[in-house]
Formats: sequence, structure tokens, C-alpha cells
Amino acid sequence: MSEQPVQLPLPGFESARAEWRRDYDGQAGQDGILRNRSGIEIKPLYTCEDWGEERYMEDLSFPGQLPMTRGIYPSMHRGRTWTQRQLVGFGTPEDYNHRLKTILAAGGTAGSLIPCNSVYRGYDCDEVELPLLGTCGAVVNTVDDMDLCYRDIGVGELSTAVNDPLPFTLLALLLAVAKRRDVPWSRITGTSNQSDYISHFVANHMFFRIALPGSRRVLVDHVEFCQTHLPGWNPISVVGQHMQQGGATPAEAMALTLCTAIQYAEDCRTRGMDPDVFLPRFTFFFDISISFFEEIAKLRAGRRLWQRIVRERFGAKNPKAWRFKFHAQTSGVDLTRQQPLNNVARVAVQAIAGIFGGLQSLHTDAYDEVLSVPTEEAARIAIVPTEEAARIAIATQNILREEAHLTDVIDPLAGSYYLETLTNRMEEEIEATIARIDAAGGMFAAAEAGLPQDMIGKSARVFQEKVDSGQETIVGVNKYREAEEPTTAPRPLERPDQSAMEAHLARFRAFKAERSQAAVTAALDILARAANAAPGTPGQNVYEKVVEAAMAGVTHGELCACLRRELGFGQPLVMP
Amino acid sequence: MSDSTKSISPPPRVLVTKIGLDGHDRGSRIVAAYLRDAGMEVIYTAPWQKIEAVVKLAVEEDVDVIGVSSLATDHLLLPDLMAALGEAGFGHVKVVAGGIIPDGDEAELLRAGVSRVFHPGSPREDIVATVGDLATQARAACANG
Repeated sequence: MSEQPVQLPLPGFESARAEWRRDYDGQAGQDGILRNRSGIEIKPLYTCEDWGEERYMEDLSFPGQLPMTRGIYPSMHRGRTWTQRQLVGFGTPEDYNHRLKTILAAGGTAGSLIPCNSVYRGYDCDEVELPLLGTCGAVVNTVDDMDLCYRDIGVGELSTAVNDPLPFTLLALLLAVAKRRDVPWSRITGTSNQSDYISHFVANHMFFRIALPGSRRVLVDHVEFCQTHLPGWNPISVVGQHMQQGGATPAEAMALTLCTAIQYAEDCRTRGMDPDVFLPRFTFFFDISISFFEEIAKLRAGRRLWQRIVRERFGAKNPKAWRFKFHAQTSGVDLTRQQPLNNVARVAVQAIAGIFGGLQSLHTDAYDEVLSVPTEEAARIAIVPTEEAARIAIATQNILREEAHLTDVIDPLAGSYYLETLTNRMEEEIEATIARIDAAGGMFAAAEAGLPQDMIGKSARVFQEKVDSGQETIVGVNKYREAEEPTTAPRPLERPDQSAMEAHLARFRAFKAERSQAAVTAALDILARAANAAPGTPGQNVYEKVVEAAMAGVTHGELCACLRRELGFGQPLVMP
Repeated sequence: MSDSTKSISPPPRVLVTKIGLDGHDRGSRIVAAYLRDAGMEVIYTAPWQKIEAVVKLAVEEDVDVIGVSSLATDHLLLPDLMAALGEAGFGHVKVVAGGIIPDGDEAELLRAGVSRVFHPGSPREDIVATVGDLATQARAACANG
């Protein structure tokens, strides 16, 4: 290396550019410009004219230090690898318990609980059609069910991400189990996934149960309760994954996620909570598409923006509040039903992007988990992975970490002319979208007005048109197809054992018959009263009443029905 | 617009819906937009419709085709929908399903009277043309019946 700084413009740059232009310009899109999924121009070559070391301290600094681009902890994955968190949920509580033990034995280091769609919709198992029970997740309605889920597993020893939309009944049942087993709540660790009700209204209709204003109130009550009683629990996970799976570009998904987090933080502050206390418990959840560099840049840009947002908008002084903690899942939308083993390669590429993006925990999709393409939704719907495919998904993480040594160096792509330029450009795109949402009055008002829904819908169509026209290649779908394509799914869908499910239903009915009906009625009355009290009224925290009711034997469906009645039923706000 | 959609007037009337418990509706919304852009009259519902509600809407809106999107086993309820349409005297209406529908289930649905099952990756033209043809058949069956 010369001791002289590089002269700009670079000598020879113009003639070199003329050379590559001659070779590459014809390959770009219709307007002669190649763009990534977020619409950002991608040049054929990046040099120190695009990003130079004079920007090092301002753009990057060091891991664990502002502006956090290089990671939220000083030693990142070199010091502590990410958590391997696979989604688990199927059949009866016994089935769930069996699968969880299998995952833990295979090297998984944390749990997740995916309930049945009947649970998502707010129903108990006796309120829906029997053939649908347990096909997409575990049927968990009572404290006894939750106890079975954790048979031979310590509730205070395993960090669990629970897919548990408000009013967070599954966490309430988990706390009831802890009480029953004399485990102090301070030892319960994990995350309330699917707590992000705004994302449900704008992007993923699977999870909502309560109308928007009521949802807004219950979420703040939940944060308040967790702050008081559950120091190891993350009450909020803001879900960019829904936005992106719904069709938002990576930049839009990051922007809408940050806007949603800003909304929740403002709502908590309005309640009188201290940002330096609640912000460190905010977590995020992102989709990682196969657009490799774009995803890495998205995550790095998001980390840099979040520290600025919490400091500028919320005056956060606690360094823990500056940390942009996130879980990531490889994108199901990019996986294909055609030539399904190709998905192993896709998942590996997506996972590498997430790892280089500095994630804290990772779910790698099983290759047969989502037999879907961009016209469809993703995320572990319909197809529960075979045990072999689930093992490969975990092995992929082990291989990347221990064979490929991806964790040896912190933020290893930093300083790349391309990646740093792209990170800065993604940041600008994200900020532009944040400004649009701000101008609409913030995320809550924007969602009510349908603005993010509109953005997501348009982007979904634009991407689909690119796939339809062949501008975006999907191997085995619109290019490199095999002559003899299997015409249907490669294997039958696994179904829960019907007799076991019927036995579970009988057990559920017995549970309801044997509990103290007076205690149940009283708990539901108290809950209804709290729901009708003004938000923030002392002693009328709705979530506290949900937990107390769960301990009194009230079921998941009864809790949801009570709050649906008192706070209104959510309806989707998106039309085609 | 495919020839089939040009061939009947007024244009095909299609109900696009989801039954059961799943709420993932990106697919149903995209398909609804495809059909609408092809000149069809599309009646679109939120997810989680009850069978009775779908039948009632189909009758009230006098649709030719019902498209049901299923990504999470809700297609298991389609035989019930077919039976309910028959009981309502609306058996001429054609039903198509789309989404994640495995092997064995597809055969079962076709036996129950579902006209066609679309899998992920189905080309837009195929969906539009098939629905257009089925609408023509439904209308002919209605006129004859």
C-alpha cells in the first residue's frame, strides 16, 4: 500500500468505466439501469469514489458503539453466536413436547411455540372444525395444556419465543404453569412474538383478534405488566417480516417496522413509562430474502437508524436502548415448490446474509416447510417440516458457523465499497418512507388510512410482474424448468392423529367441567371491568387480569371472547 | 383478456374468498386482481368465511365461479362447501381452489366436485383462462338447468 492517499478522481477510472460499460450496459433493465428489489440503482463496479475510508468513523465506528452499524455488541458472533431458534408447533401438547425435545437434542438452543390456527383466531378447540385442529400448530388452550408442552422441560431454563398475539394468552398460561411449579416469574425468559398488532392489520391478517384502538391499549398494558413482573421477557417484537412477506420491498419493510416501533414507543411514553427502561426490551423480527447484499445492507442500515431514532426522538440515554436486537427468518416467499431440494441452497444464502447482517437469533426454513412461490404467502404455513428437513435446517446453521467459520470476524464485509454505498443508499430509502409515514401522522394513523397497505400491495404486484415477465429469475419456476415436473406436492401432508386429537378434546372438556366455575366467572368479570376502565387507570391493567384469569383456570378462548366482546373484533383493512 | 372472458356477457362473476381459520391472503388478493384486470366482476371477501356465508354471498351475487384460497389445510372444508352449494340449488356454480394443497387432498377435492386446483407457480394466463372457461360452462349449465 502506498503511503500517499488515493487521488480522486482515480487515475484511469474513466477509461476503465468505458470498458465495463461496453460489456455490461446491455444487460440492465428497460431503462438501462439495474435495480435491486428496493429500487436502488446497482452499478457494475464500486470504488473508493463511492465510499472512502474518510467516512469510517462516521458511518461505521466499532461494534457495540454508535452508530452501531457494525453490530450491537462489542464482540458480536465471535463472542457469542446467535441463538438457533426453530419454529415448533403441531398437533396436541404431547406432540409439541416431543418435537421440542427433538429440536433441543439436535442442537437447538431455544424454544418457540407455534399454536394452531384455531388459537390464532382466538378460539378453543371445541369451537372449530375437528379436521383443522393441530394441522398448523399446537392446540394449547389451558394451563394443563401448557404444562404438558413443557413436560420434563424447565419453564425457567429455556428461552421461548411464543407466537402469541394480544391479549397474550399463551404467556399467561406459561406464567400459570410457572406458578404451579414454584418457578419465580423472574426466571421466565423469551419473547412475545406476534405482539405487533399494527403489522397484523396492514400485512398479515392471520393474527388479529381485537379492533385497532383496543389492541393499542392492551399492548401498552402488556408492556407495563412485563416491566413490573417479567424482567427477562421481551414484551414487544416488531415484525418487519410480515411487511416483507406481504410484498413490501426490503427498504419499505425496514421503514414500516421502524415506524411501528416508533408508534409503540410513543404510546408507552404517553402512558408515563421511561424510554430508558422499556426500549431495551424492544425486539425486532425480519425476513431475509435471497437478495443477498440488499438484505445485509438493510439490516446494517436499520441498526444505524434505530440508535438515531431512540436518541433523537426519545432521548434514550441507556446504551441498552440503542441496541437493535433482532431475530430473522429466511424468507419462505423465495422458496419454491418446484425442485424443492433447491431450497436448501436458497436457505443457506439467505442465512449467510442474515449472519453478515448481524442477527441475534435465526430460524432457517426447512426446505419442505414452505412449498410456495411469490404469488403465495410463506412462513411455516400448511406444511409442517419432516424431521429430516428440520434437521437439515439446523445443520445448515451449524455448518455456516463451525465449518465455514462465518463467526470468526465481526461484520466481515465492512469497508466494502459496494456494501457501504448500498448501506447508505438503503438508509436514505428507508428514511424517505419514514418521512411519508410521519407526514401521515405516524404509523397508527397511516394504518387506519390504509397507506402502508397500499404501499405493500403495489410492491407485491410490481415484484410479481417481474417474475411473470421473467425479469426476476426463479430457478425451476420461470427458468431452468425440468421437462418432467412432478405435478403435485412430493409427499402427503402430515396430519395429527385424529384419535389423539379427539382424546385431547375430551380432556379439554373435562378440564372445563372440573375447575371452579365461580372463580372463572369472577375472573372474567374483573377482566371485563378492566377493559372498560380508561387506559392507565391504576389497578385496571387488562393484561394483569388476563394472567390472573389464566391462573384461575380460564381458557384461552374464554379470554379472547371476553376481550372481543368488550373491545370489539378486528376486521381486515386491506382490499385487492 | 382471454377469449373465454370475451365470450360471455355480462362478464364472468367470480367470488374470491377464504374459508376456515387461516388469514394469509396475499395469494387471494393477487388472484382477485388478476381476474379483475382481465375484465371479470370480482367479489372479494375477508378471510375466515363460514361455509354458510359463502353460499349466501354466492347466491346473492349470482356468481359463476367461486375461488377458494387455502394455505393451511382449510381446503379440507371444501367438500362441505360443495354439498352446501348443491343443497342451496346452486350446484351449477364452478369451484376452484388455489394455494398449498397436497397430492392426496387434490384428488379428494376433485372427487368432491371441485373443478380445478391451482398450485403455487400457476401462470396468470392459466388462471384467467380457466376461470373464464368455467364461468362459460356455469352459465350454460344454469341456462339449461
